[in-house]
Amino acid sequence: MRFFEALGRVILRFLEEMGRFFQMLGRVAGWTFRPPYDGSELMRQMVRVGFDSIPVVFLTTLFTGAVLALQTFNGFARFHAESLVGSVVALSLTRELSPVLTALMVTGRVGSAMAAELGTMRVTEQIDALTALATEPVQYLMVPRVLASIAMLPLLVLLGDAVGMYGGYLVAVQLLGANPVTYVENSFQFLEISDVTSGIIKAAVFGLIFSLIACIRGYYTEGGAEGVGRATTRAVVAGSLTVLFADFFLTKLLF
Amino acid sequence: MEAQPLTSQVSRGPAPGTRRRPKIRAEKLHKAFGPKVVLDGVDFTVGEGESLVIVGPSGTGKSVLLKHLIGLIRPDAGKVFVDGEDVWALSDRERNGLRKRFGMAFQEGALFDSMNVFDNVAFPLRRSGRPAAAVRARVEECLEMVHLPGVEGRRPSELSGGMRRRVGFARAIAHEPEILLFDEPNTGLDPIMTDVINEIILELKQRLDVTIVTITHHIASARKIADRVALLHGGKILFDGAPDEFLQSDHPAVRQFVQGSAEGPLTVDFERKPAGASEDS
Repeated sequence: MRFFEALGRVILRFLEEMGRFFQMLGRVAGWTFRPPYDGSELMRQMVRVGFDSIPVVFLTTLFTGAVLALQTFNGFARFHAESLVGSVVALSLTRELSPVLTALMVTGRVGSAMAAELGTMRVTEQIDALTALATEPVQYLMVPRVLASIAMLPLLVLLGDAVGMYGGYLVAVQLLGANPVTYVENSFQFLEISDVTSGIIKAAVFGLIFSLIACIRGYYTEGGAEGVGRATTRAVVAGSLTVLFADFFLTKLLF
Repeated sequence: MEAQPLTSQVSRGPAPGTRRRPKIRAEKLHKAFGPKVVLDGVDFTVGEGESLVIVGPSGTGKSVLLKHLIGLIRPDAGKVFVDGEDVWALSDRERNGLRKRFGMAFQEGALFDSMNVFDNVAFPLRRSGRPAAAVRARVEECLEMVHLPGVEGRRPSELSGGMRRRVGFARAIAHEPEILLFDEPNTGLDPIMTDVINEIILELKQRLDVTIVTITHHIASARKIADRVALLHGGKILFDGAPDEFLQSDHPAVRQFVQGSAEGPLTVDFERKPAGASEDS
């Protein structure tokens, strides 16, 4: 009996969170198109989400590409398919690894900061102060963060694609002695534009998901400093998990 | 005007505010957070240009009540009228417009810590699209009014508690509101700063000709800035009258609060153990 009670509670909670997500999605969408538009705040958030994340994305995808080349080379050598390493690295990066890993890293880096910032604003009554000053917090705080994330994640993923492939190239050519010209040729042999665009579309969706979840967690923070900590943790955990779920369904349904 | 009795316990003075045009009227406000009932049928009226001080022990929902007036919290039941308009019958946009008639100073200032003092005070002015020169002049004027000239460039984290609150006042008056709400303006300040804050509120009242609702548990502040005092406890207004009546009232709850005694009708979670009773008995 206790088991079913707990199960029911988990399901209810999940549905509640889903409801909150889509309700807030609607509010954010609605407020996006209403004046006043705050271009400078949007720019600031784009720098925070995009530009400031470049080092982390750079290192993540560089090493992912490198280790991918290393692993596939060792495996493929067993049936003399080393020439396919470049293709495998290129395809897995553009279609899957670059979008997902970039989204996870940015969730950890930016999503946590968003939740902590909005959460602190909530517990110090700054969000109430915004409302009291006739400013809609959803419009002022969430819209620029969500838009910046939707816009910047695809760019970060493009960067990740290039850097990751370069990492693979470095390992294959410098470490494993592959021929540079044929490696590059192989890399692009099976790569199609749709592989890259599918990764970019995914990235935009991931950007929406992680930023909205982080903003919601921060916005509904309660319980002082401890509450801010909880909101931050939950923003990262829920954001990362939802990105992974969404990745599966997007891949299955769309591409 | 509300004529019905509030509770059987109420000893109600002639309530000076009732002779003025009502600016804010709360009608049978109920609010509960989960099982905790915070407001249990609160009625009161604030007249135009009047200064109402709501006192009560900590944790009795004074701030919650204040946030109802400006539409930050929606009551479970009951209504709030501002200039005769039902706050929650308005559309979001109209309610936002209504909020421009209010200036609210929060407990710890609630300054935006991502901005410096100037940008904080300028915030409501810029949102309403005033030109930069007018914004600058008005910000300086407002900081002058709270006796804090020349702190424009500082960050909120560099200010003392008293200064933060005064910057919060400046931000609240910047857009020339008709109603000022002060949430615990001098809680946690030293006695001198407490009185400075009282003086500033008095000055603002005289200079700006506004309606003021202040929440506090300082008797001295209430005596100084109030035209009328209301005592909130247990989700109800137990007393509502002029400051003199409040201080001289023989209403048991009011007497306990004025005298600052631990024992009396206001005390809910304090019981003195009978002499000789041991802790673990």
